[in-house]
Amino acid sequence: MLRATLKSLLARKLRLILSTLAVVLSVMFVSGSLVLTDTLGRTFDNVFSNIYSYTDVQVSAKSETADAASGNSSAILPVPASDVARIEKIDGVRKATGSVFVSGARVIGKNGKVVISQSGQFGGSWTGEDELTKLISGRAPSAPDEIVINNGLAKQAKFAVGDPVDIIARAEARKTYKVVGIMQYAGNRDSMAGETTVLFTEATAQQVMLGETDVFNVIDVKGKDGVTDNQLRDNIKAALGPKYTVQTGDELSKASSEAIRGLLKYFNYFFLGFGTIALLVGVFLILNTFSIIVSQRTQELALLRAMGASRWQIIRSVLIEALLIGTVGSLFGFLVGMGLGAAGASAFTSLAKMDSAGLGLPVAAIVTSFTIGILVTMISAVLPAIKAARVAPIAAMRDAATTDKPLTGITIGGGVVTAVGVGSLSWGLAGAGDATLLLVFGGVLLTLIGVALLAPLISRPLVAGLGSVFSWSVPGKLGRRNSSRNPRRTAITAGAVMVGIAIITMISTIFSSLSTAIGESVEKDLQADLIVYGQQTSDVPPIIQPDELKQIKALPQLQTVASVTYDVVSLNGKQDFVLAYDDVPAVITVLKLHPVAGRIDHIDSGEFTVDEKTAKERKYTVGSTIQVTFAKGQTKTLTLVGITNSTSNGNGVVVSNTDAQAGFTFPQPIQALVKAKDGVAVDDAKAAVEGVLKNNPEVSVQTKKELVGSSQQQFDVALVIVQVLLFIALGISVLGVINTLLLSVIERTRELGMLRAIGLRRRQTWSMVTIESVVITLFGTVLGLVVGAGLGAATVTALKSVIGFGAVTLPWGYMIAYIIGAVIVGAVAGLIPAIRAVRLNVLNAIAYE
Amino acid sequence: MTASVATRTEVAAKAVDVWKIYGTGEAQVHALGGVSVELEKGHFTAIMGPSGSGKSTLMHCLAGLDAVSRGEVYIGDSKITGLSDRGLTNLRRTKVGFIFQQFNLLPTLTAEENILLPLSISGRKPDQAWFDTVIETVGLRDRLKHRPSQLSGGQQQRVACARALVSRPEVIFADEPTGNLDSRSGAEVLSFLRNSVRDFGQTIVMVTHDPNAASYADRVIFLADGHIVDELHAPTADAVLDRLKRLDKAV
Ligand SMILES: Nc1ncnc2c1ncn2[C@@H]1O[C@H](COP(=O)(O)OP(=O)(O)O)[C@@H](O)[C@H]1O
Ligand SMILES: [Mg+2]
Repeated sequence: MLRATLKSLLARKLRLILSTLAVVLSVMFVSGSLVLTDTLGRTFDNVFSNIYSYTDVQVSAKSETADAASGNSSAILPVPASDVARIEKIDGVRKATGSVFVSGARVIGKNGKVVISQSGQFGGSWTGEDELTKLISGRAPSAPDEIVINNGLAKQAKFAVGDPVDIIARAEARKTYKVVGIMQYAGNRDSMAGETTVLFTEATAQQVMLGETDVFNVIDVKGKDGVTDNQLRDNIKAALGPKYTVQTGDELSKASSEAIRGLLKYFNYFFLGFGTIALLVGVFLILNTFSIIVSQRTQELALLRAMGASRWQIIRSVLIEALLIGTVGSLFGFLVGMGLGAAGASAFTSLAKMDSAGLGLPVAAIVTSFTIGILVTMISAVLPAIKAARVAPIAAMRDAATTDKPLTGITIGGGVVTAVGVGSLSWGLAGAGDATLLLVFGGVLLTLIGVALLAPLISRPLVAGLGSVFSWSVPGKLGRRNSSRNPRRTAITAGAVMVGIAIITMISTIFSSLSTAIGESVEKDLQADLIVYGQQTSDVPPIIQPDELKQIKALPQLQTVASVTYDVVSLNGKQDFVLAYDDVPAVITVLKLHPVAGRIDHIDSGEFTVDEKTAKERKYTVGSTIQVTFAKGQTKTLTLVGITNSTSNGNGVVVSNTDAQAGFTFPQPIQALVKAKDGVAVDDAKAAVEGVLKNNPEVSVQTKKELVGSSQQQFDVALVIVQVLLFIALGISVLGVINTLLLSVIERTRELGMLRAIGLRRRQTWSMVTIESVVITLFGTVLGLVVGAGLGAATVTALKSVIGFGAVTLPWGYMIAYIIGAVIVGAVAGLIPAIRAVRLNVLNAIAYE
Repeated sequence: MTASVATRTEVAAKAVDVWKIYGTGEAQVHALGGVSVELEKGHFTAIMGPSGSGKSTLMHCLAGLDAVSRGEVYIGDSKITGLSDRGLTNLRRTKVGFIFQQFNLLPTLTAEENILLPLSISGRKPDQAWFDTVIETVGLRDRLKHRPSQLSGGQQQRVACARALVSRPEVIFADEPTGNLDSRSGAEVLSFLRNSVRDFGQTIVMVTHDPNAASYADRVIFLADGHIVDELHAPTADAVLDRLKRLDKAV
């Protein structure tokens, strides 16, 4: 029995390859993402353990607004220089060194643009050469305008000792410094993780990076011999009290890499999501292949049954076939995924200029890949196996014509599953707390499966309708008839196409609705003609320098100029964004604000305003108070004085400018909204503002239209990425189409032979098969478009209350593109089967055995 | 010249010293060993012989379905040996009709659509009067809208016959057309074939191993081991059986 299974498996190599390929592609995503995140995770671990390898204990001020260990600069608080001496007196301390090292030193390159680094743009104080840093050329900085830079920055921006360099520091406007030295890290590293670093003299660093004199932001502590790091930490902690964060080097490195790993987790979810979709499509394909195999082997199976094989033996033979395909597919999928993961990781590390930790063999990836690959294949094969076992021995004597079984059962099942899916989806979208994501995801999944089950029923009218387009030619008519010949098979094949298309359409619908909504709300809510702001490339927002703002305000072409700044604070114990305006009446004009309750025309220290929606969510009324701890450390109680209408641009808590100046990390304006005088052309106003900003490489001026365009562009880019990944899922479903058609061509050998014998040309045979393929693909696509648009519209409508947009904009452009794509893909998928049909030997086909 | 044209028009299909060799070396089979035969127009010819004697091979070669190893084959007055696939397809569209043992109807098409399929494939319009005549003859008027799965075996084979007839080919080739039918349905199909020869002057070549079926023909050609060994004109079933018995003894 086993031998018979293996033989029939090997005899059909093409079928084997196609169904294995489905498993390979599905598993590939899973193993690829696991390998990628594993490699990146270990790479980051290495980076941080290098950075902190020479640190015994580090002391910094404790911040309430963020976790200092994550390197989040908006949380950086200075400690007085006098603390160094205090710490040196603590038991077990050999040496304490105060230093400045924070992000936010933006170096302007020779091209006039800020040198970009995704890993951070650091500025600090030169503390002399030590185990970690050494000069490779030049000397230490000694004058206020002298700097040392890391070799990575020197190479990236082509700076040499003696070059003048412009820098916008965290607390200082653009200024020219002079490179006097270039340094490297231990192990001849140009950078730790691709960051750029500028080191000033201590006094300059304090001034330009922290904005104060005689302060540091970290104190490095070395212990005496025989004192463990933990002991040292505990001693210092006890001596300094709760206002300080005291961490050992190990703790710092662990905390930092944990923060990164937290981000990598989302990376993982993203790819695993695609893996799930690919698997789902793979299930359709495998199920389909096995169903066809079983119906093709009906006579063979019946013969085995007639010779005494038991039902269980038949089931087992099908399942063994599945096990083999699953194992082989998982193996290859795992290997290919590992390759892709490694390629992805090396692309990432070379882009980020980091040393890759090298490819690992994560056990989780191996176990997951094989478990998923084998399980999915076997589960997909269960139904066909049961069908195989139902084959009656008498079928061996009959012609194995596939009888049209009624679709009642499958249709009822499909209806129920669809209903449950839609129910779960609407429950989830209505908001079910923690279960929301699960309900939505499960709902989408069930809806897709349910519709796939309904597909055989739908296929009759729909395929006939679609096919009638092609009915003008005889091959077209034949191809169309063939595609509705076996509704179940057509439906499963098209179902795989449907899943991919439905998900793409759903995402496109959501994105295009979002995009339109943003465009519309900007149009509606924003009175400004120009918006001045910069694309944030690091944790430090691009800033409009105060004197630049002053000059803009003085421009004769402009009527109103309002500036906005924002920061992260701790609001009633939770991290939150708050806004502040320098000129409240001006903002009221450009954002079209009006009072809903209380007064909104001015905000004094200790007061705040909020928009209507936020107020409702948080149950604020005029007179409510909140506790706000600002980034610089002070805590204030603020009272709500007024509620504004909600807009798309400036929702949330607005504090007074006075409080912002005192408490924000960056109290400078981050955004300016500009309204031109009547009669002044927008482009003229833009040119005037650009003139003021010509020395600020970070911020730029956009007209309202450009703003709409650039915010919509972000969605377009995201959409393209999602589409590219989902096209791989579509690729798998195309395999399904090829598989089905190939098997159909083989099944219809005699029929094709007869057609050729009575005069069907090769070209006509070709178009017949191609049209069948196109009709099946189109059917899946149309189904997918309808289901996807429905799911997308449901999501958009449900999100109305959450995000504030509810008008559904269908992505017609994309949808039409998918249909055209489906025709092309269908024609391509039909290629191999068509070639096979055309090559068919007429004589062999009709010869009677 | 005129004389030779005149003689040629009497011949619907002709094989001249046709050899068909399968395989090479040890496994070589001479399926046909130099067969020359002329099949007259307007005649019903049966090819008989024991299993494996080369009946189907001869028919396939005559119909242009299979290439000959040596020799030449003519349909009407045109040589078909060496034609390209396109040429052969054209030949099948215009000059040749087929009836197979297995009915070979398209299950997705109705009886009428199946009958008209050769015409629609080649983009020709059916001649309504001729179509009606054919339908009357095969007696399928009330079955035209049925699918093959709704027809009996005999009815399906009559649809196949109608399909072969409707394009008025020069020759219809039938390989064991009654092989899958019970004797009553078989007799219906055979008399229908004979009638179309008698009434419409259709040329039919039929392969069979059934002496009773052969008795419907005007002429029977006997094959053995790839050679024509005998022939009979205006045969009766008994005469055919008699010859076959003699052949069996000879082999
Ligand atoms: N494709 C083939 N390959 C090899 N031998 C063949 C092939 N087709 C037929 N033959 C051989 O040629 C001979 C004649 O076959 P065939 O014409 O089918 O006989 P019949 O129709 O009279 O039973 C047989 O010996 C058969 O085995
Ligand atoms: Mg034969």
